[in-house]
Amino acid sequence: MTKGPSNHPGQQNIGGKKYWLDDMRNVHKIFWALVVVCALLFLADAFYHKHVHFGFENWFGFFGLFGFIGSFLLVLVAREMRKFLMRDEDYYDR
Amino acid sequence: MIAEFPPGLLLIVGAVLVPFLKGNVRSLYSLALPLLGIWQIAVLDPGTFGTLSVFGFEQTIVRVDKLSRIFGYIFYISAALGVVFAWHRDDWVEQTTALVYVGAAIGATFAGDLITLFIFWELTAIASVCLIWAGRTERAYRAGFRCLIMYMLSGILLLTGVAMHAVETGSVAFNNIGLDSPGGLLILLAFGIKCAFPLLHNWLQDAYPEASVTGTVFLSAFTTKLAVYALARGYAGTEELIWIGVVMTAFPIFYAVIENDLRRVLAYSLNNQLGFMVAGIGIGTTLAINGAVSHAFAHILYKALLFMSMGAVLYRTGTAKGSELGGLYKTMPWTTGFCIVGAASISAFPLFSGFVTKSMILTAAADEGYVIPFLVLLFASAGVFHHSGIKIPFFAFFAHDSGKRPDEAPFNMLLAMGITAFLCIAIGVYPQPLYALLPFPVDYQPYTTTHVVTMLQLLIFSGLAFATLQRTGLYPPELRSTVLDFDFFYRKAGKAVARSIVEALSRGRAQVEGKARRGLDVWIERVFHLHGPQSVLARTWQTGSTVLCVTILFAVVLLVSYLGD
Repeated sequence: MTKGPSNHPGQQNIGGKKYWLDDMRNVHKIFWALVVVCALLFLADAFYHKHVHFGFENWFGFFGLFGFIGSFLLVLVAREMRKFLMRDEDYYDR
Repeated sequence: MIAEFPPGLLLIVGAVLVPFLKGNVRSLYSLALPLLGIWQIAVLDPGTFGTLSVFGFEQTIVRVDKLSRIFGYIFYISAALGVVFAWHRDDWVEQTTALVYVGAAIGATFAGDLITLFIFWELTAIASVCLIWAGRTERAYRAGFRCLIMYMLSGILLLTGVAMHAVETGSVAFNNIGLDSPGGLLILLAFGIKCAFPLLHNWLQDAYPEASVTGTVFLSAFTTKLAVYALARGYAGTEELIWIGVVMTAFPIFYAVIENDLRRVLAYSLNNQLGFMVAGIGIGTTLAINGAVSHAFAHILYKALLFMSMGAVLYRTGTAKGSELGGLYKTMPWTTGFCIVGAASISAFPLFSGFVTKSMILTAAADEGYVIPFLVLLFASAGVFHHSGIKIPFFAFFAHDSGKRPDEAPFNMLLAMGITAFLCIAIGVYPQPLYALLPFPVDYQPYTTTHVVTMLQLLIFSGLAFATLQRTGLYPPELRSTVLDFDFFYRKAGKAVARSIVEALSRGRAQVEGKARRGLDVWIERVFHLHGPQSVLARTWQTGSTVLCVTILFAVVLLVSYLGD
C-alpha cells in the first residue's frame, strides 16, 4: 500500500487536526450501535403481521439472517476466487 | 415546428456547433440543448410521425408513447446533469461526441421501426467508442477498440436479425418481437451484447472505467439502458430473460467485492442492476415492466451520482483505486455525502429511489411464484449494499487514512452531484410523479410495514456482516491487481490461440515451401543436366553422327508414310 501525498495540485496537508472517527473507540461504538439496531430489527418481526408470498418469508427473522449469511458467504467466496483469478495490475499490458 | 423534429436529431444536429463555441458559452449551449429536448418531449403528442417507405417497408422515424417518453426524459435529464458535471472541461471532442451519443440514444428510443433503430443503434456505438477514446490514454484507446468490436458484432446481429424478421413478418415495425423466429433470437443477442448479458458483458467493465472522469458519467447512462428499453419493447414476458437477469444480478457482485478500481466496481454493480431490469422484463406483468422501467429511471440517476463522486475523487487525487484511497471525508465532505446518497439509493434503502422501484420487481417475481429468482434477487440486493452501498464510500472516504488531503470537488461537480442526489431522495420520498410516467397504470404501494421492515433487516444485517468481516480481518483487503473475468478469453487466451495458429500456419507454409523448393531444385538440375553447358543437348555434334541421325529420321518418316497409305 502506497501512502503519502500525490503530486496533484489540489493537495494540502492538514496535519494535526483530529476527527471523531480517528479515535478507534468511536469506531467500536458505531459497530456496537449497529449490533443493537440489528437486534431491534430482528425482534421487530414479533410486532407486526408480515404480508408475504412464500412460506419461508414468515420464518422469524428470515430477511435479517438471509442478508447476513448471504453477504458473509458472498465475501468468503469472492475471497477464494481471488486465489485463481487475481493477477498483477499490469497483467494485460505486458 | 420543433414538435415535428425527431427528438434525438435535436442534439445530433445541435452538436455541430459545439466545436465553434468556447468556455462557458459552449457549456451553456450544451446544457440548453437537453433542456430544450425535455420541453420538446413534454409537448409531443403521443402517436407516430415521419413515416417514409424504404425498400418497400414502412419506416416510422418517431413514435411517442409512454415507454419511449419516460426513457427520453431520463436520457435528457442525465445529459443535462452530465453537462453540468463536465462544465469545467475544455475538450470539444468529448463535449461534441457526448451530445451526439445522447442524441443517438434518444433517436433510437423514439424509433418506430427496426431500420431507424439500427441506424441510431450504430451511431450510439460509434459515438460512445469515441467518448471512450476521448479519455486519451493508451488503455482507453485499446479498451475502446475491444468495445468497438463487441458493438460491431451487436450491429451485425441486429441487421441480420432485422432482415430475417422483416422477411418472416413482412414488416419492420418495432413492437413485440419474441423468440419464435431465428430473426428474433439474433435481435435478442444484439440487444443482449449492449445490455451486458452474462459472457457478453466484459466490454462494460473493460471500457467504461477507462474513459475520462466526465466521459464515464455519460457512458454509464445510455448504451445499457437503451438496450433495456429495447428489451422492454421487444421481449416483454420472454421467460428466458428472467434467468438471464437473475444470473446478471448475482455473478458480477462477486467481482465487485474483489475489484480494486472503484470505477470498475461501479461498472460491475451497473451490470448487477441491469440484471434486475432484465429479470423484470422477463416476468413481463404490468407490475414487473413498470418496475423494470422505473428502476432504469432511478438507476440512471444514482449510478451517475456514484460515477460522479468517484470521478470527483479521481479528478482530485489522480486515482480511483481502493488500495490508494481512504480518509477523504476529511477534506471532501460534500462529495462523501453525495456518494452516500447514491450508495443508499442503489442499495434500495427506504426513502431513497432504488427502494420504490426495485421493490416492484421483487414483488412481481413473488406474485408470479418464481421462488428461485426471488431468492437470488434478494441475495443480490444484500450483495449490492455490500459492494456499492458500503465498499465504495468506505474505501474511498473512510477505511484507513491514505494521508491524501485533496480539495473538495469543484463547484460545478458539487452542483451536479447535489441536484442528482436531490432527485434520488425526491423519488424515494415522493415516487408518485415517477409512477405517473410509467407505461402502465400503477396500483402499487412501496411503503408498507412489511416492505420497509424486511428491506431494512436485509440491508442492516448485510452491513453487520461487512462490519464483522472487517473487524475479524476476514474481509479481503484492497490490493493492486487485475481480476480475470471473461475477457481473459479474448485478451489472453484468444491471443495465445491466434498466435499459435499463425505460428502453425507459417510453419506449415515453410514446410510446403521447402518441399516445393526441393522438387523445383531436382527439376532444374535435370534440365541443367540436359541443356546445361556440358550437357548432352548442348554438345557440338560430329558431322557423321548428325548425318546418321538425320538418315534414321528420314527412314522413320518414310516408313510411317508408307504404312499410312
